[in-house]
Amino acid sequence: MKAIQIETKDNVATITNDGAPLHEVVVFNSQGEIILNTESEEGISFGHKIAIKPIERGEMILKYGEVIGVASAFIAVGSWVHTHNVESGRLPVNHRR
Amino acid sequence: MVDIYGYERPDGKVGVRNHLLVLAPADCSFEPARQVAAPVEGAVAITQFYGCAEDPMVINALAGAAKNPNVAGVLLFGLGCESLSNDILLRLLESTGKPIESLIIQKEGGTISAIEKGVRILQGMALKISKLKSRPFPVSKLTLAVECGGSDATSGLAANPAVGRAADMLIDNGGTVIISEPQEMIGAQHILARRAINDEVAREVFKIIEQQEKRLLEMGVDSRFISKGNLDGGLTTLEEKSLGAIHKGGTRPIQGVLRNDHQFFDHPTGPGLWLQDGTGWDVPSVTHMAAAGAQVACFTSGRGSTTGHAIVPVIKITGNPKTYNNLRDNIDINAGTILDGSESLESVAERIYQSIIHTASGEKTKAEALGFKDFAVFKRDVTAERLLGYC
Repeated sequence: MKAIQIETKDNVATITNDGAPLHEVVVFNSQGEIILNTESEEGISFGHKIAIKPIERGEMILKYGEVIGVASAFIAVGSWVHTHNVESGRLPVNHRR
Repeated sequence: MVDIYGYERPDGKVGVRNHLLVLAPADCSFEPARQVAAPVEGAVAITQFYGCAEDPMVINALAGAAKNPNVAGVLLFGLGCESLSNDILLRLLESTGKPIESLIIQKEGGTISAIEKGVRILQGMALKISKLKSRPFPVSKLTLAVECGGSDATSGLAANPAVGRAADMLIDNGGTVIISEPQEMIGAQHILARRAINDEVAREVFKIIEQQEKRLLEMGVDSRFISKGNLDGGLTTLEEKSLGAIHKGGTRPIQGVLRNDHQFFDHPTGPGLWLQDGTGWDVPSVTHMAAAGAQVACFTSGRGSTTGHAIVPVIKITGNPKTYNNLRDNIDINAGTILDGSESLESVAERIYQSIIHTASGEKTKAEALGFKDFAVFKRDVTAERLLGYC
């Protein structure tokens, strides 16, 4: 799998390759430099996020250099980052009217 | 410092095209207006379809389009009995100092004689403007509009971040960027407000986004909703979803909100990033940013939008390699190379920046080469705005 970190302070990267998920992940920064080679326990799909730094519970999730949510559990490097371990800072995840 | 090659207008602004505008204030004179524009090189006819009442949003959009420095000369082409008359627009355009003529069908004895006179006037303008020589200007003279439409999962991943980098580069070189579509900012207003240059601007950012959220709620649309499709596609929170769209404006501080309502129509008063209170509809959104002074637009589209614009050249960028291959006739830049790791985000951003410079120096976009002259005006319903207490 390949993933891109958009801004340097981001603690998550986004999986960019379509197709069957593999477990080895190469993470690039915006300059195209490899910043991390890691293993993912679970397959992560295109467009989904992977932790590229250890994220403590309560710590902010940073993407685009901005806060997109708060970790609701400890997230290890290489783990899938989604609704099971992130809460929105603004509205509950899965908010329905 | 890289230069752009443009045309200085009498008001000191720099145009990057030499359009001749045939402006029908309302749709009743649009068909003959199109026939006036048809035989004359560089001429384009525009109108609006909201009737001929003196609606301030419609007037500001039409006058703003005509004032845009990409327009070298204007022929106002009215029927004669409109409330929104040639004279109203004439008064608003005089300050630009550019050649402006006015024709009224009812005074010319019908459309045939009005069209003949109109074509002669336009031909004269075309000959005159062909003598204008482009010359170099610093990129700081440039105002870029950023827009997205037909987004998909690649938009927030590749195309928008790359355009955002290019927007940052333009601002760092003294240029101006306008981002609109407050509808797409819902859920991220607190993040945008933090980037405002002061508390007053921050309050304005909250105000326009929350007003838009309220309008949608009153229509029965809860835009705070994250769909199953969004979640399946990897978007975890509403902030993340909105940031994907907003990132096309880059990361620089927000200098101010450009009001675009029944009372006010603002222009950027200096360089940097500005947020317009506009619409989410693609073509009118570009129109209103052009009316605020943008000379070039960058338009990202994952699914593959094909529109151009009558006033500004529109550079089409996709983050989806399949869309690029499918719509090569229409898409100028493939940012999908970011996805397979074959090109860095920085490198794509540099290509987009160079494309902005070249387009602003006369190079045609694919939509221009196909003759696409899309134009539409946007207005809000006054009754609904009054009921909501917004005007």
